[in-house]
Amino acid sequence: MWSFFHKLGSPPWLYGISGSILRWLLPLTLLALVAGMVWGLLFTAPDFRQGNSYRIIYIHVPAAVVALAGYYVMALAGAVNLIWKMKMADVAMKAAAPIGAALTFIALLTGAIWGKPTWGTWWVWDARITSMLILLFLYLGVVALYEAFDNKEAAGKACAVLSLVGMVNIPIIYKSVDWWYSLHQPASIKFTGESTIDPSMLYPLLLMITAFYALFTCCLLMNMRAELLRRESRTNWVRKLAQGAGRG
Amino acid sequence: MSAPSTTRFCARLVRRQLVLAVRRPIEIGNPLLFFAMVVALFPLGLGPAPGQLATFAPGILWIIALLSNLLTSDGVFRSDFDDGSLEQLLLSPQPLYLSVLAYIAAHWLITGLLLALVSPLFALMLNLPGAAIGSLVASLLLGTAVLSLLGGIGAALTVGLKRGGMLISLLILPLYMPVLIFGSAAVKAAVTGAPVGPYLALLGAMLSLAIALAPMAIAAGLRISIDA
Repeated sequence: MWSFFHKLGSPPWLYGISGSILRWLLPLTLLALVAGMVWGLLFTAPDFRQGNSYRIIYIHVPAAVVALAGYYVMALAGAVNLIWKMKMADVAMKAAAPIGAALTFIALLTGAIWGKPTWGTWWVWDARITSMLILLFLYLGVVALYEAFDNKEAAGKACAVLSLVGMVNIPIIYKSVDWWYSLHQPASIKFTGESTIDPSMLYPLLLMITAFYALFTCCLLMNMRAELLRRESRTNWVRKLAQGAGRG
Repeated sequence: MSAPSTTRFCARLVRRQLVLAVRRPIEIGNPLLFFAMVVALFPLGLGPAPGQLATFAPGILWIIALLSNLLTSDGVFRSDFDDGSLEQLLLSPQPLYLSVLAYIAAHWLITGLLLALVSPLFALMLNLPGAAIGSLVASLLLGTAVLSLLGGIGAALTVGLKRGGMLISLLILPLYMPVLIFGSAAVKAAVTGAPVGPYLALLGAMLSLAIALAPMAIAAGLRISIDA
């Protein structure tokens, strides 16, 4: 048990293990993405009111779900760094921020594209949309704060504090639809009780959500590997790796 | 000399900050002047029709309160960081949680409290109905205290940075937004005659939460900034 934790703190070990995870996770993710996309776009019935335009749901909802979950990943990694001073958690936190920001942006963008044909407008100041915009600002704030510090160890800690503070906002974001109900529909998928979405649309959507989680994990690992190489660029194992790659 | 008790220590900290502020009256006056200036901008931008201004007045007043709080938050720890007294505070045996709270309390007394007290004047200039003025003051009293606490987090995290000014707004404006929503909603409710109590209660809840948690984040932020 303890040796596992010690290994987690070792950059070469993490680099190696993440490489072997990616070797099978990445193809699987791409497969799930393609399968979910084809299933959702070609083999489901059009919505009786929204026609085909609703199909953007297969991008919009997974991106939004994973963007929210990504914030928790970032904040928890930051907390682990603050409490146990684990450098690898700092790497994970730094790697998660831009991915989360990108997913939030995708959710906002697809939402706008979806809103035009169905609501007749690109943008409304609805509670949930506004909350996602705030989430984007929170992500960008973490990225900006990290860049502002010259001392990268302090940068990691400061960002960890900031993301934990921002985490207080996440439940507000999540419950906002129930609090300030307006144009945006409430959540259709419920863990308890009957979902208000037809099963034929639900299953491809669930597949896409799973695929987006896997995609997030892949991007996170790849980002972490790049960051590891950058931080450890002066060490022996990176030099050996670079020379090995050069010869091969 | 024996160390003073924590209560006395914090009281002295507040008093010191207030004395420092009183000796530089322009520091106290600046946020209020800022408030007055921006109030004057809105009729110029939106047109002077009284009815229209009255509709926007709750939001306008709250946004300006938020911005003036943002501008002053940056300096809460700045001078004490520069002259090293903040480092002494961190080394002292007094609990940092309470000393930080003393700093924030002093900041709120100088900015938020004064702003809330003069806000009826600006509210009348924007034609806000008289019935809503009481809830404007009450919501500002509660809300600006939350803003001061949140602003302190941004100030603590950026105090060691050369170019903190623009960054702090990116960091803490997202955190200000729930306060803005409920603060202006309280005033709007008062204008329409709806009950204001629930909104004030929510602001009070946020204040309790912020008092409990924000000083911890501020203390952590100060430690990080001093170490860097």
